[in-house]
Formats: sequence, C-alpha cells, structure tokens
Amino acid sequence: MDQKPMNFWERMYFPAIFQGMAITFKHMFKKKETIFYPEVEREFSENWRGLHSLKRDELGRERCTACGLCALSCPAEAITMIASERQKGEEHLYREEKYAAVYEINMLRCIFCGLCEEACPKEAIYLDGPIVPADYLRKDFIYGKDKLLEDPIASDLTLNI
Amino acid sequence: MSDKVKVTIDGITIEVEPGISILNAARQIGGDVVPPAMCYYSKLEGSGGKCRTCLVKVSKGSEKDPRPMPKLVASCRTGVMDGMEVQNITSTEVTEARKGIVEMLLINHPLDCPICDQAGECSLQDLSYEHGLSKTRYEFERRTFDKIDIGDKIQLHMTRCILCYRCVYVADQITNNRVHGILGRGDASEISTYIEKAVDNNFSGNVIDVCPVGALTDRTFRFKNRVWFTKPVDAHRDCPACKGKVTLWYKGEEVLRVTGRKDQFGEVEDFICNTCRFETKKTSNWVIEGPRNIVNTSVIASNHYETLKPLPVIETSQVLIDANKVEFDRATKI
Repeated sequence: MDQKPMNFWERMYFPAIFQGMAITFKHMFKKKETIFYPEVEREFSENWRGLHSLKRDELGRERCTACGLCALSCPAEAITMIASERQKGEEHLYREEKYAAVYEINMLRCIFCGLCEEACPKEAIYLDGPIVPADYLRKDFIYGKDKLLEDPIASDLTLNI
Repeated sequence: MSDKVKVTIDGITIEVEPGISILNAARQIGGDVVPPAMCYYSKLEGSGGKCRTCLVKVSKGSEKDPRPMPKLVASCRTGVMDGMEVQNITSTEVTEARKGIVEMLLINHPLDCPICDQAGECSLQDLSYEHGLSKTRYEFERRTFDKIDIGDKIQLHMTRCILCYRCVYVADQITNNRVHGILGRGDASEISTYIEKAVDNNFSGNVIDVCPVGALTDRTFRFKNRVWFTKPVDAHRDCPACKGKVTLWYKGEEVLRVTGRKDQFGEVEDFICNTCRFETKKTSNWVIEGPRNIVNTSVIASNHYETLKPLPVIETSQVLIDANKVEFDRATKI
C-alpha cells in the first residue's frame, strides 16, 4: 500500500480547519438544546400521556369503583385490580359502594395509549403525570395504589359522614 | 303435516306446531328475527307479558282473517295462527316502540353497572346498548330501596329490579314453598320476602340465574371479580338433587362462582341446586368438560384464549428455574 503525496490544495488544510472551528465557536454562543433531565423538564404538550393517576372527587373520596373497564380495554393487559366492598364509616374514603382495594399497573407493560382513560365511566384515571422514572428492578415497575392515587386534598374539605 | 301452521316472520316462513307463541316460532328460526325477552322464560310456566320488549307487529292476522292486528302485540303471549305474517326488525314501528320500552325500563334503573355484578351478562345492558338512548329524559327522583339479604347466599337489590316476575315463578314452580313475592301494586310494587324470611329451599339459588338484571345476585360472588375476567368452563358432577350440569367461572385456579348453563337466549338449560351452586367450589368436586363457548359479541369472550390452562413456561425446566433463581437473587441483592 503506497500513499500518494498530497497535492497543493490538500496541503492547504488550514482554511478548512478555520472554517470548521468557526462553526464550533458560533454554537458556543447559541442557546443550548440540551436540558438536564430530571432536574429540568421540558414542557409537555396538552395531550401528553404520562404516568397514570387515580383521581379523587371534590370531597376527597376515591372515584375508582373497580369496574374493570380499564383493565378490559387495556391492549397490553397491564392493569389488574381487586375489588372490595365499602364498609360502614368509610363513606368519606370511597365514593361508591365498591372500591379497588388493590389497583396495579405494570409500567413495563403499559404502552401509554390512554384507552383506560377513555374507558373509565367514573373519570377516575388520567394519564396526566410525568414520564415514568427508570428503576433497577422489575418489581418496582408494578405501581400500586400508593404510587398512583392522588394526594388527598386539605382535611377541612373532606366530608365527615 | 296438516296440523302444522305456517307463519312468516320478517319474510321468513316456517311451519310450526299450532298454539305456540310468536316468540317461540321466531326462536325456531333463530338469528336476528328473535325478539328480545326480559320477562319470558321458556322453562317457567306463565311467565311473559310483563316487560313488553318482545313487541311485534302482526301485519296479517291469519289466512281466514287477514286483517292486521290493531296494536303491537307481545310476541311471548300471542299464539301463532295459520298464515300469520309478523314483522319484527323489518318494521320501524316495532323498533321505535322497543326503544320507548327500553327507555321506560330504565326510568327507575340506577345504571350502576360499574358496581353491579351482573354487568357483562345483563339482558337490560345489552338491550339498552342496542336500542337505548344515551341520555335520560326522566327528571324526577328514581325510586330507591335498601339492599335486602334473602338468606345468606342471595342478595336483592330492589332498585335494579324491572319487575319481570321470573324469580316469583321460580319460587312458585321450582321450589315447593314460596317465601318471596311481589308486594304493592303498580309503581309501588316490589319484590320482597315476608319479614325478610330466609329462602331455605334447595333450589332457591335459581332466582339468581333467571334474573335478567342484577337485582338478585350471588352473595358469595359479590364484588369478587368482573364476569369478563373469569373463564367459563362446563363441568358436571353426580348430584342427588339436580342434574349437576353447570358452568364454573374460573379466575386462575379458583372457582369464583357456579351457575347453570345458559343458552343463546340467556335461559338456563337445567336448574341447579344450591349445593352445586354455593357449596361445591373446588375443582376436585367437578368433572371438567371443557371451555364454554361464548358468543364472540359478548364481553365475556374478550381476552379468552383457546387453551384452558396457559402453557407452563418455567415449572417444567429445572435449568430455567435455576437461572431464574440466580437472576432473582442477583436482582434482590441491590
């Protein structure tokens, strides 16, 4: 393998370097496109579908009644639930006679299609959260009610039946 | 041949036994021409004529008297005549009337399908989905009742009841002493037991199966699961009291409830006894016949797979079990 000697224009590589460096320096003064997620987050669009949240009604009671329509509509079969009957004295916790004692979404299965949101007859589930955070273990991606349920509203608003 | 009568339903001519109802003649044809029935139950004598969902138009009375019947007739209570011509789905008058009937049945119905255990196999749900409006025009307060426990196995939600009287006929004809019936008249009528006396007859559980809505439900199945998440499997056992032919509703390995086998018209093939229904809920009690065929338009058919049991993936292979354990230990160490 023999190398040909460079001709005059090839030896004149300085102009090309300066041209390239000029572009590099120009970008130093431009606005950076990179953001430092998760400290900084981009603004989501209005129809963004992220982490699910189980809603409460205006009195702070859980809206979900474990009807199973979200799990039925789910194409990835990511949702499971176990229903339970509301006892006397729990009227301030659950809106309907029946509630979901266990409500789990497997975030590894979920494809964030939003069909559960559309199927819900009680407006109990919305995909209005952020991006589902990364984790190390598979079991930690099964989100239960502790992670999904909305925080209760201020106690002075809750109903005392 | 001569004792058969000819009847034409929606343009389909069939020869049937004289004296049977238009509804039963339509059921012999089958398919879309069968009028829906909420109160009529072929196994219960005297049932029918209450709900008016099976209204049809008789455009030609008979061969001898070809005048049409002046009003829509309830097909479950009207006998066929020779040369009768009936219009069911081909008549807009009938579909309009049926729409009105559904709206009226829903006047006092609470529409708590998300809670109701009957949802998914409810005749009223299917009917209102097919014919009903998505809104109600009723502005007044709906009548409400408290839940009543009829015995420790059956629960009565009078709010959901459409007063079809099927359960009363069951109590009258299948069981030998009736302890529940209809109290009150007209708008005030309600299904009740006298002083909430327990139904202790061995066949009382059949009122659950005959109820077209969720008014009478199985307390042992209450809120256990949604019907469409359970897998129906046909099974039988030697029962001294009944024929013992049932459908088991599985969730995983567990039998959640036992019902009679329902045919295409939502009627049970054989009434089953309470021992079969409530007491024997173990797979070992039954001889499994195979998965029950569910029409694919039913919500129960969704997510059902061909095999009864999912194929074992890990249980059989020791290599896989060991590899899985190593992986699990490594993962849980973090």
